[in-house]
Amino acid sequence: MKRFFLTLLLLIAPLGASALDSPQERLGDPALEQRAEHLGAQLRCLVCQNESIEDSSAGLARDLRRIVREQVKAGRSDQQIMDWMTQRYGNFIRLKPVFDLQTALLWCMPVLALLIGLGAAWRIWKSPRTEIKALSDDEKKRLKTLLSKE
Amino acid sequence: MALTRRHLLTALPVIGTAALGVGFWEMLKGMKSGHFDPHAVDTPIIGRDLPDFPALEGLTDLGEGFSSETLRAQTKPVLVNFMASWCVPCVLEMPFLKTVSSEATIWGIVYKDKAERAAAFIQRNGAPYQRIGQDPQGTAAIEWGVTGVPESFLVMPGGKIVWHGSAALDKDTFLYTIRPMLNQFKEKAG
Repeated sequence: MKRFFLTLLLLIAPLGASALDSPQERLGDPALEQRAEHLGAQLRCLVCQNESIEDSSAGLARDLRRIVREQVKAGRSDQQIMDWMTQRYGNFIRLKPVFDLQTALLWCMPVLALLIGLGAAWRIWKSPRTEIKALSDDEKKRLKTLLSKE
Repeated sequence: MALTRRHLLTALPVIGTAALGVGFWEMLKGMKSGHFDPHAVDTPIIGRDLPDFPALEGLTDLGEGFSSETLRAQTKPVLVNFMASWCVPCVLEMPFLKTVSSEATIWGIVYKDKAERAAAFIQRNGAPYQRIGQDPQGTAAIEWGVTGVPESFLVMPGGKIVWHGSAALDKDTFLYTIRPMLNQFKEKAG
């Protein structure tokens, strides 16, 4: 049992950790470190492309992490740091795309899809229902003969 | 046969799948011919002035170092090439760079490499660079928006960056993209 818990602990423990290659990368002040991690999580590692620089252990990601921490320590604002990054690497470095002409369709899609869906539902609700009439005497007779044939 | 709603509904997924197929086929074709690169990162630096970077130390006997001021002060276009001896595409690119060096000025920036290794590598490959700057920490590269080596930039006199390539320089790129730019400059300069 003890062994089981130990295994479990070892499996769970790394989940909370970021990819910082060494603890020395961390900033001494937890508040600043948290800000740096938050910023890093929004920046794409341009080597692996689907990871943030906080999650990646690529050399460039490490360099960019260091720069983020240096700038956070120097008292630059989040906006200033993001601008510094996009000035060099373009909007692609943002994992969350900014809203502009190129991304307008992307950002508006959920609302558009909802509107299209509502429109379709509205049309179906509003379409005239075909009422089912009771069978006439002739039809009843025909049904009876059809059923009795079985 | 009248076109019913049922026909339309059956056709929709078929058309959708066909459209996807054509799209993927186009992408694959583009990847093969080099017109489409899914890993391409757009370069905000094109059309802008080159970034300020600290003076880079040169390599003994192979080339003087340089700073952004030196680069801006040039009177001819300069092809700036980020490279390292540990990078495989850089090895493949070297013979072609040597050929290009007879008609264009090439300056090298050694990215995250040891001086002696870079020197041996450049020597071995015919030393195509007129000047070489060392960027051992990769800090200058970040100023240029470089994501890996090899990458090349064409810098006009005054410091405007007019072209960027994020792969090994090949013959087609040089003949159809860079050479026309060089010729255009020559014509303007008279």
